[in-house]
Amino acid sequence: MTYLKKSPWVIHYDASSCNGCDIEVLAALTPVYDVERFGIINTGNPKHADIFLVTGSVNEQNREVVKNIYEQIPEPKVVVAIGICAASGGIFRECYNVLGGIDKVIPVDVFVPGCAARPESIIDGVVTALGILETKRLAMKEKGNETMEKPGSAV
Amino acid sequence: MISEPVLSLVNAILFVLLAPLAGGLIAGIDRKVTARMQGRVGPPILQPFYDVGKLFEKENMVVTVTQHFYVLSYLVFMVVAGALFFSGGDMLLVIFAFTLSHIFLVLGAYSSYSPYSHIGAERELIQIIAYEPMIIFTAVGMYMVTQSFNVSAIVNSGIPIILYLPGVFIGYLMVLTIKLRKSPFDLSTSHHAHQEIVKGVTTDFSGSNLGKIEIAHWYEYVFLLGVVYLFFGFNPVIAVAAIIVAYFLEILIDNTISRVKWQLTLRSAWLIAGTLGIVNLGVLYYLKGVIMP
Amino acid sequence: MNDLLFLIGFPVIIAILMLLVKDKVRNYIVIISAFALGIASLYLLVTYFSKNTVFFDIPFEPASKIMVIIEILLAVYILYLGIKFKKYFTVALILLQAGLLLFLEMGLISDINPVKNLFIDQLSIIMALIVGIIGSLICVYSLGYMETYHARHSEIKDRRKLFFFIFFVFLSAMFGIVFSNNLLWVLFFWEITTICSFVLIGYSGTPEATNNAFLALSMNLLGGVAFIAALIYIAMLDPSGKLFGLDTLIGSGYAIAIVPAVLICFAGITKAALMPFSSWLVGAMVAPTPVSALLHSSTMVKAGVYIIVRFAPVLALTTEGFIIAMVGAVTFLLASGIAISQSNAKKVLAYSTIANLGLIVACAGVGTYNLMWVAILLIIFHAIAKSLLFLCVGTVENRTGSKNIEDMGGLIVRMPKIAMMMFIGMAGMFLAPFGMVISKWAAIEAFITAPFGLIFIAILAFGGSFTVFYWSKWMGKIISVMRNQEVIEGTVKKEKWAVLYVLTGLVVGVCLAFPLISTYLIEPFIMNIYGVTTRLSQANFAIMIMMICLLLIMPLSMLFYRTGSKHVSPYMGGRTTENEMRFSGTFGTMRELSLSNYYMEKYFGEDKVFYIGTLLCWGLLLIAGILLAGVIL
Repeated sequence: MTYLKKSPWVIHYDASSCNGCDIEVLAALTPVYDVERFGIINTGNPKHADIFLVTGSVNEQNREVVKNIYEQIPEPKVVVAIGICAASGGIFRECYNVLGGIDKVIPVDVFVPGCAARPESIIDGVVTALGILETKRLAMKEKGNETMEKPGSAV
Repeated sequence: MISEPVLSLVNAILFVLLAPLAGGLIAGIDRKVTARMQGRVGPPILQPFYDVGKLFEKENMVVTVTQHFYVLSYLVFMVVAGALFFSGGDMLLVIFAFTLSHIFLVLGAYSSYSPYSHIGAERELIQIIAYEPMIIFTAVGMYMVTQSFNVSAIVNSGIPIILYLPGVFIGYLMVLTIKLRKSPFDLSTSHHAHQEIVKGVTTDFSGSNLGKIEIAHWYEYVFLLGVVYLFFGFNPVIAVAAIIVAYFLEILIDNTISRVKWQLTLRSAWLIAGTLGIVNLGVLYYLKGVIMP
Repeated sequence: MNDLLFLIGFPVIIAILMLLVKDKVRNYIVIISAFALGIASLYLLVTYFSKNTVFFDIPFEPASKIMVIIEILLAVYILYLGIKFKKYFTVALILLQAGLLLFLEMGLISDINPVKNLFIDQLSIIMALIVGIIGSLICVYSLGYMETYHARHSEIKDRRKLFFFIFFVFLSAMFGIVFSNNLLWVLFFWEITTICSFVLIGYSGTPEATNNAFLALSMNLLGGVAFIAALIYIAMLDPSGKLFGLDTLIGSGYAIAIVPAVLICFAGITKAALMPFSSWLVGAMVAPTPVSALLHSSTMVKAGVYIIVRFAPVLALTTEGFIIAMVGAVTFLLASGIAISQSNAKKVLAYSTIANLGLIVACAGVGTYNLMWVAILLIIFHAIAKSLLFLCVGTVENRTGSKNIEDMGGLIVRMPKIAMMMFIGMAGMFLAPFGMVISKWAAIEAFITAPFGLIFIAILAFGGSFTVFYWSKWMGKIISVMRNQEVIEGTVKKEKWAVLYVLTGLVVGVCLAFPLISTYLIEPFIMNIYGVTTRLSQANFAIMIMMICLLLIMPLSMLFYRTGSKHVSPYMGGRTTENEMRFSGTFGTMRELSLSNYYMEKYFGEDKVFYIGTLLCWGLLLIAGILLAGVIL
């Protein structure tokens, strides 16, 4: 049992989405769904976050940004791709400027389909992600115990 | 009877061990009450402890190694200052020790050379200089009433300090608003996500550093509410009630007033310190000279 | 007694040598004499600290005749320069001063013969240590500094012989001021320091430097005129010359001593560059940095506050003393405010110096025993920390070519050791548990029991918060870890390193040692004057020591964290910031991020605040003058 499950902090980024899924994500924070009761906080800062909620089909301009944000999230981290655009490019799949899904740029752990994905599905996706987060954390602890014997890496 | 220094040491140790628990609970209750005010259910009261626990489970990630030093110093000196206060030490030294620990937080933000941290650090400095005059007046006011700067003497004096220092108390409430990072003075960072400078001062801290900052905030809450207690120290029941009312007032203000610009923060804080604070002290000085020499 | 004469006379001999020898030999001589002076000062401490005030019977003549002759010669020299550079205000002042001096010497006191002309007490020891140790260190530092200075500024004439000559003459004059009991001798040495300052400020010979030198000269001459006026008053009061001794004058009570005290304190105010006379100190920053460090922060301006501290027992609890203290307090508040808006590092240091001198005068002007304790403590701590900062800024200026704080970003990467020493120096200026904060703490606790203390506490609270702001943002600038910077520290010379290390060690050491200083030097001094003394309580002192130790071991925690930390770039909205902080701006251009501090020009702009300060302080001085006129008549 880790604390990660009880306090997952989220960073939300719109990688050229139409904003439909983004609105649904933010709706989850409103009093109607109120995900803060699960300890979820929407921090705008990757360094404070555990879960990366991405929407949109990713284009050339924000490909580096998605990667940069992903790298600045400390381990253990999970990525939840929300909406069909984030999964496969959605209806914009054949456009020339669209990469076609988040997993073309960073590894994704959970896909939440929908156009726009409903808050219930999003919450469901996040809960699944929490389980994966837990597994990653335990794996990290194992590895941490191993690397204790080896001298640390360079600064 | 336990001797004075031993009692002080025991108080200090109790503070070091119990304050995080108390502070975390206060933070949790804060979030719960805020959520209810906003018509939501809100997180469980123990949520801050889960948050800090999670932060310590995260990877050790920094922008520069010096961040560890600054955050650790921030925490250590916060604990030292609070322990000094609760062991009955000199109020002014406590204030200066607090300033020292806050400067370390500011330096930690500066060290990462990031735009958001930098602006957060500048705003944090502005906040510090906004409340510093008022908090010195608080200590001076307490001296004028109880003839001592030592917290132990102030607490045990039995004098209803609030009756002599009403202006100073209101000024102190403003200091409390700034220090607790409540709207309208949450310029440099706040616990809610509505920041125009991302997370301000704490932007480039992560994992265990962020956890330590949070724990330092808990220690700070206990100290700040302890000063409120001093105003009402003559009657512990009234004092605790005053603390609860004051904190509730802070949450209310936080949820109803929006953030102001730094210029207004600075001006209003100094204006209140200059008028309410100095006038109160001046009146007290005159009364003491004329009525009770 | 020999020690005193050695300290006053030896630098003069070295000064004359400086005019004669070449570079290499000069280096050795300076280092050896610096050592000698430092050892002599320490020897002085060891010999005299346990005794109270000791007077020395030095014959008044022929020393005084020689002094008058030198003073007249210097007056002629300044007259010549004043006319050459068309500085008619200076010419008027020097004529006035020379005239008054001649009137005094020839007309009033041509046949007096006071005996107890030199003396030493704990305050003299403290000042002598400051001059002897810090002054000597700065001399050694300037060897390396001036070499780089002339290499960089080939257009400035190399007058280093004159430079070091004046430096050592100045040290001698400073020792003279703190050891002289006879006010005529104090005046002589006082004027020598004025001339030294004048020559050194104008060292580079540029029009700006010359103008600022004359500005400094005029203001100090104004003070000199007040000094002589005080001496004339004393002579007229008691033609036998008894009152020329500091001890007799101060001991003779309010009625007799107040007029000369206020006049001499006015001289002290001009020398310490309090408002409204602060512009000369700010202008003096055009001089080479060792000059700023020696004259304009640690020693010469300290002579100004030294004399005010001497006269504090006369001023204590009087209206005149209160006015002088208010001048100091207003200066403290406003100068700290102006320092916020300055980005030139030396100007920030100058205003900080002015502010702290104002604080010392505020404490001395009110003059209760615990405030005197604070004033002396402030003198010690400020001298050490400020000189360290000036020397560090000088080194940075020589390496990077810039004095601007905005160019010092990332200094901890480019010049790590210097940055750390600056950090310690700055911490020494405003962070607990270092000296200045201890003094501020003691000052608040002392003002509370003084009459009208509340005004001073309010000023201290606000001024103190300004102080926190401008030091912290400068500190933040130098410790920001910018990437891709090369380390340029390696080229700094050995002597400079030695001096900087010693000064840094002193900043910390004096903090740790201050209970000893308090017990053996400051408290006996206060006891002698007031019959009662004060100190920090044992408990508080123990806490302070604990905090210093904590502060010193905290950086070791970084070793602990060295391994196992993953490094990422700072957050800039998701833009990649691997090496430089760049982002694409409008029209596809790449723009680089630049971060600068807040300077709050609108609130703390130099012109506006200085104007307010000048008005307030002239007003206060006028009131003091009117009161004095009332006493005289």
